[in-house]
Amino acid sequence: MRTHSRVLFSLMSPACGSCRGIHGWGRVSNNTAVALGSSSSPRSLSYSINRKLHSAHSSTRPQPSYPGHIPLTPFENTFLAAGSALMSLIDTRRADMVAACGETTAGSTLVKLRDIVLESPEGRRILKERPRINSQTLDMEKLRSLPENTFGRAYIGWLDACKVTPDSREPVHYIDDPELAYVMQRYRETHDFYHALFGFKVSALPELALKAFEFTNLGFPMTALSLGASLRLKSPQRARLWTEFVPWALRCGSHARCLLTVYWEERWEQDLDEMKRELGVWDPPAGITIPQPSRIASF
Amino acid sequence: MQQAARSIRVPRKLQRSTCRLFHNNSSLGSSNTSGRTTSFGFKTVPEESKESLVKGVFDSVASKYDLMNDASSLGVHRLWKDSLIDTLKPGRKGPLRCIDVAGGTGDIALRILDHARENYADRETTVEIVDINAQMLKEGFTRFKKTMYHNTPQVSFHEANAQELPPSQFKDDSYDLYTITFGIRNCTSIPAVLREAYRVLKPGATFACLEFSKVNNPLLSTLYDQYSFTVIPLLGTILAGDRDSYQYLVESIRKFPSQPEFAQMIRDAGFSTGGDFDGGAWTDLWGGIASIHTGVKV
Repeated sequence: MRTHSRVLFSLMSPACGSCRGIHGWGRVSNNTAVALGSSSSPRSLSYSINRKLHSAHSSTRPQPSYPGHIPLTPFENTFLAAGSALMSLIDTRRADMVAACGETTAGSTLVKLRDIVLESPEGRRILKERPRINSQTLDMEKLRSLPENTFGRAYIGWLDACKVTPDSREPVHYIDDPELAYVMQRYRETHDFYHALFGFKVSALPELALKAFEFTNLGFPMTALSLGASLRLKSPQRARLWTEFVPWALRCGSHARCLLTVYWEERWEQDLDEMKRELGVWDPPAGITIPQPSRIASF
Repeated sequence: MQQAARSIRVPRKLQRSTCRLFHNNSSLGSSNTSGRTTSFGFKTVPEESKESLVKGVFDSVASKYDLMNDASSLGVHRLWKDSLIDTLKPGRKGPLRCIDVAGGTGDIALRILDHARENYADRETTVEIVDINAQMLKEGFTRFKKTMYHNTPQVSFHEANAQELPPSQFKDDSYDLYTITFGIRNCTSIPAVLREAYRVLKPGATFACLEFSKVNNPLLSTLYDQYSFTVIPLLGTILAGDRDSYQYLVESIRKFPSQPEFAQMIRDAGFSTGGDFDGGAWTDLWGGIASIHTGVKV
């Protein structure tokens, strides 16, 4: 009976706790061999084997490296990449799907970005201190009290105008390395600062223009993929996107310094125009920005 | 359970609420008065908490329940439910008073009523849909509004706990058919559910349970496991924005008793069943991925 059960077990070992996927045929882990010995009558043998193997499933996934981490196998990563890309197209308000798409398609982009960030002193400070952006870490009242043309005032003005909060960002789940996960999180949280820098509204057209900018500036494949969502725009808007805003984004994004190296939280009091000169960016064509108080309205 | 109440919002917000529900497990330890624990998927939780944890899961999945069923089973769940109805043939021997427990979104109730109507011109059969979760009942009610049974005595919706059906509303010996489909594994105490089923059924009446069960074929079992633990949580993430609820659902399938064990539990409640083999007390569907258990109250 023992030989019989060992044969039976080696057929089922792909589902055992020590291996993932259909690898390790024939490997028998020690604890399960012991469990085998303790099974009772022959009739219930196959049922109890199944039970013990299935209960090993919680240990088939490697341990998370940070809170919220969900390690994925290559197959799962591809599946989620395809599924989240499709779902983002179908329901453009699923921010969690856009986030998942970005993470599963990031590949080596995060490594390159992390290295670029490490090359600048400001960037090194960011990676060392790992600042987070949410309503607890930002002092809204202090930002509101800043003078008109400062970056901090522009940011809070943008938050109020578009009625958004800094708390709506999905945490990172699918990046395995904790430092790269932070770089991804930083990108997601500073995205709003790019909005504020140019004054972009939060509707579809400005978001896509910003994604085009991010593609040339940062390089995430998801930002290029997201331009596929321009199919959901109405024809005139789509034409404007591709003829006016994408050329601006490509030129401006590649000319500007990598925006992930900017320690935004140190620059609240900096004058907005001076900041744009320093970063190497310029304003987009008119029509998708919030009205700036110090400029002539361009409706 | 404030977290559970907050989770009745749009799907993409639910992930955060459900995550909080799952990550706050440690705080639930303080309410463990009896010291008894039970399984919640692969986790072990105090018995008292399981009900509210399951409530959180179903509040969260209710709005996308039918979509997820179709996506994760590739539509096969419809075949299984049709198979159950074909086995039971409700209406063949006259109008029935049925109770469909954990019947939330109304799949089985609708099939019972349609089968009786189409095959036997029976418009007197009634189904009382009972579910512990108000959100699921709401989905069922909405779906029934699209059918001819809305506002008729043939269907009614009741929020109640399968383990403790209020005796004033669900009297002893009053139903001809008791069905529970893909619901019993979420209950804290299966014997309690079976006892209540025995109580409310008339003598000679049928108990039927369609539930995920044990796959004995090792190759199929491996493929099924891979699919369950890999694809289904991802489908939950993509379609419903909720990975944890679907992780719980696939884990809870593994914790459910095997076919012979469950058949014995049905007999322990007082029912008379067929023999302990496929085709007797139970009928395996698709190799045991799902199984129909039946029993008769004697």
